[in-house]
Amino acid sequence: MPADRSQSPPASWPLYRALVGVGVVCGLLIVSVFVLTGPVIARNEAAALQQAVFRVLPGAVAKASLALGEDGHFRPAAADDAAHQMVHAGYDANGELVGVAIEAQGMGYQDVIRLLYGYAPQAQAIVGMQVLASKETPGLGDKIEKDPAFNANFRALAVPLSADGLAPRQPIEAVKSGTKTRPSQIDGITGATISSKAVAAILRQSSTRWVPVVYRLQAELAQQGGPDAGQ
Amino acid sequence: MPGSEQPVIRASSTDDFIKGLWRENPVFVQVLGMCPVLAVTNSGINALAMGLATTFVLVLSNALVSMLRHFIPRQVRIATFILIIATFVTVVDYLIQAISLDLHRALGAFISLIVVNCLILGRAEAFASKHSVGRSILDGLGMGLGFTLALLCLGGVREILGSGSLFGVALFPAGFQPWIVMILPSGGFFTLGLWLLLFNHLKRRRLAQGLVREVAS
Repeated sequence: MPADRSQSPPASWPLYRALVGVGVVCGLLIVSVFVLTGPVIARNEAAALQQAVFRVLPGAVAKASLALGEDGHFRPAAADDAAHQMVHAGYDANGELVGVAIEAQGMGYQDVIRLLYGYAPQAQAIVGMQVLASKETPGLGDKIEKDPAFNANFRALAVPLSADGLAPRQPIEAVKSGTKTRPSQIDGITGATISSKAVAAILRQSSTRWVPVVYRLQAELAQQGGPDAGQ
Repeated sequence: MPGSEQPVIRASSTDDFIKGLWRENPVFVQVLGMCPVLAVTNSGINALAMGLATTFVLVLSNALVSMLRHFIPRQVRIATFILIIATFVTVVDYLIQAISLDLHRALGAFISLIVVNCLILGRAEAFASKHSVGRSILDGLGMGLGFTLALLCLGGVREILGSGSLFGVALFPAGFQPWIVMILPSGGFFTLGLWLLLFNHLKRRRLAQGLVREVAS
């Protein structure tokens, strides 16, 4: 520390030198770490996404990430495509289309819930769901991730389309635990009503937008690009 | 350095490290950094990861602050310390993402909030800006490990009672009904209160024993 600090106002140069000097050193350090860890983080994210896609599409062994273009057709996704424009098509060992994994999000009890669900166009049903990010209350709201009975709802959650194929005939809805009567209903969780209803609302909103498109373009999806298991 | 001074320096260096673990423990004695202490200690693994991340930032920021202590004018020291701390927090954020995305997700915003943990700025101002690099590293290591130990004390108790497990390993038979309140924020306050009670009780007993010994001698 300068010895004469109490005698006169400080000269500007030492202040600039310290702040700019430390700023440059810190900037270089951050950039170096970013460059070193960037590829590893990207690999981790790709692996986590692939694992999630395979989990929500049972039977899939390869995936292709596709984006919905402005022409209303799917094309292989580019790095700068927004997540809400993308789907991940899953293929089985024979290269047949198993279904499509779609990312969706919406407000939960505490914060935004982000999830991935698998839709199988042939079965016209959601065949899997995984929560990607949520801050729901531990022990209560976080049962949407951990409760096996709740997760069983998504093994075959029917999303039948209307006769014109433009919208789901029976929108997805959450009902009180144990009162499910239709295959498009979700048995809620006692003690986590808001969180389970939030999951139903997220799926309802996303499926209303995506299911008609995926169903209409399933032949295109089956052929599009071919699986890119490594992507 | 004269040979006769070495034992004094060695004793002082050991003290720099040891004091953070127990006598000046950042959580149980100084009651610093309460935000992560209460927020992320709902499981043992979160507590351990947060403690180690804080230790990493504390050691490196102490080292750099000490290294640059003659170069940083007093008037801009706090801004410079925060810049240094924020840099190491960003580094640790990237490293955790590279090690495990799940862990990064579990710790959430609290990694970024290490920047405003008063323990780190406190050690930079109170110790690293006045002492050598070696002693500052030892101080950071001692305080960081003391902080980790305290987080583990809270995280262990809360996970055992609130989830019936420790580090994800189930400890009780299937019939055990977890005390959900323990993994909610209120459980953090209960557990911290009980640990502080224990620490103060031990401190008082030690003081009383010291007084008795003094009177006897």
